[in-house]
Amino acid sequence: MKTYQEINEKIKSGNAVVFTAEEIIDYVEEVGLEKAADDVDVVTTATFGAMCSSGCFLNFGHSKPKMRITEAWLDDVLAYSGIAAVDLFLGATQLRHRDPANMNYPGEFSFGGGHVIEKLIAGEKVQLFGLSYGTDEYPRKEIRTWVTIDDLNQAIMVNPRNCYQNYNVAINCSDKPIYTYLGQLKPNMGNMTYSSAGQLSPLLNDPWYRTIGVGTKVWLAGAQGHVYSEGTQHSPTCERGENNVPSEGAGTLALTGNMKKMNPEFVRGVSLKGYGVSLALGIGVPIPILNKEILKATTVRDSEIQACVIDYSSDYPERRGNVVAKVSYADLKSGEVEIGGKKIPTSGLSSYSKALKIAGLLKDEIKRGDFLLSEPHTMLPTEQGMTPLEIREK
Amino acid sequence: MTTKRIHFKFPAKAASQPVVTHLVRDYNLDVNIFHARVNQKEEGFMMLDLTGSDQEIANGLEYLKSLRIEIHDADIGLQWDETRCTSCGNCLNHCPTNALYIPDRSTMKVDYRSDKCVECLNCIDNCPFGACSSLI
Repeated sequence: MKTYQEINEKIKSGNAVVFTAEEIIDYVEEVGLEKAADDVDVVTTATFGAMCSSGCFLNFGHSKPKMRITEAWLDDVLAYSGIAAVDLFLGATQLRHRDPANMNYPGEFSFGGGHVIEKLIAGEKVQLFGLSYGTDEYPRKEIRTWVTIDDLNQAIMVNPRNCYQNYNVAINCSDKPIYTYLGQLKPNMGNMTYSSAGQLSPLLNDPWYRTIGVGTKVWLAGAQGHVYSEGTQHSPTCERGENNVPSEGAGTLALTGNMKKMNPEFVRGVSLKGYGVSLALGIGVPIPILNKEILKATTVRDSEIQACVIDYSSDYPERRGNVVAKVSYADLKSGEVEIGGKKIPTSGLSSYSKALKIAGLLKDEIKRGDFLLSEPHTMLPTEQGMTPLEIREK
Repeated sequence: MTTKRIHFKFPAKAASQPVVTHLVRDYNLDVNIFHARVNQKEEGFMMLDLTGSDQEIANGLEYLKSLRIEIHDADIGLQWDETRCTSCGNCLNHCPTNALYIPDRSTMKVDYRSDKCVECLNCIDNCPFGACSSLI
């Protein structure tokens, strides 16, 4: 048994024993759970993938004369201005003004909110265009200027839903190609796509949220951010395996962090043909090894994590809840899965390779004493479902 | 016999000439075209394999140069930007020749081998990160 304080003392002294969620599997197998629970202080988990429910609050400072911006575009992408005078919120999936979307189906969606966020973090110039009705103290009615992230007073990423605990595997059972947020799906079950870092993924290594809670410090694209709330659609009540690992979406995290400290390698605009734009993010979460149960959960392997294969041509859009099959991440990562005697090629939308890199970077930061752990001040709910939206007459 | 894959760009003047017919009939070359396009200014791009003896290929290329055609080695056709690629792997099932592939499934890192690429350009449509682009 260890406490957060004891682990942090070891981190500060440069003596913390840290493994990635991939390395810990073999280590525990080699030395046994008891000994490993004594030895190991932290296991680092990570994920990299598209996370649509992301965005940022930006403060631009005041122009002369001053302006209370009521409509705004960043590189022609609409930003929400229904907050204070020069604060804007830019969402990851916002399309560029006059993007033809799916009018030429399937649309290209080459640029949007996620790409503007990527440009800002890469230090590139972004055009601000704003309009206003003008007031006595904020007389300016129009502004066009170019800014970099260094010109902004604050650039704070605020993501209502990141790090889905697990995720659907998408397949297309119809006879036409379809275009989804999980990529292009070929007809007649021609391919399957998935999006999870599997055995490296944060919430799959802490399935009952014993250490990851509100207040947990996280590695958000290189910045030290934190969990500010349960994520939207957090619904831990679902089917789970013997190892407590859910085979459905289940838990989610709401994360925030300072964009000025982020590394552009891990914040990337996403264009999905026929679907839209999004933002891919790299996230690392350290798990303190307080006891052997927490350690045991971090030894989960891809072969022990199941995901549901869902037909995105009809069951998913119609909210039917049917499951075509269940498959493991070990199978999905092999590149081919057999369903009903048919071999189906698989590919990811989440990058295991980047997740591996992030788990390693976070491990190095902790070992160097640059990343201390924080104890959550509120635990995430462990019993909670998801309510659907009913369409009522009035 | 040798096969040489080339990518070339020809000016508007050359676009009106039956270049491929000449390569076949007058220079005794087998031609396999992967991609061809003429733009609005009537300039053209073409990506093809030439098969013949070394001398025949050299003669054919001389003929193309006499038409002021820019000739490039083929692998500049598709550009894979390793720094833009996140190794998500979404391209893999859309690449018919496995030019984009994962050499080691323990790291899941995506790599590209230009010699396998047939310039179908499916990867461009299916890369969420804009890692693939083409001059064609």
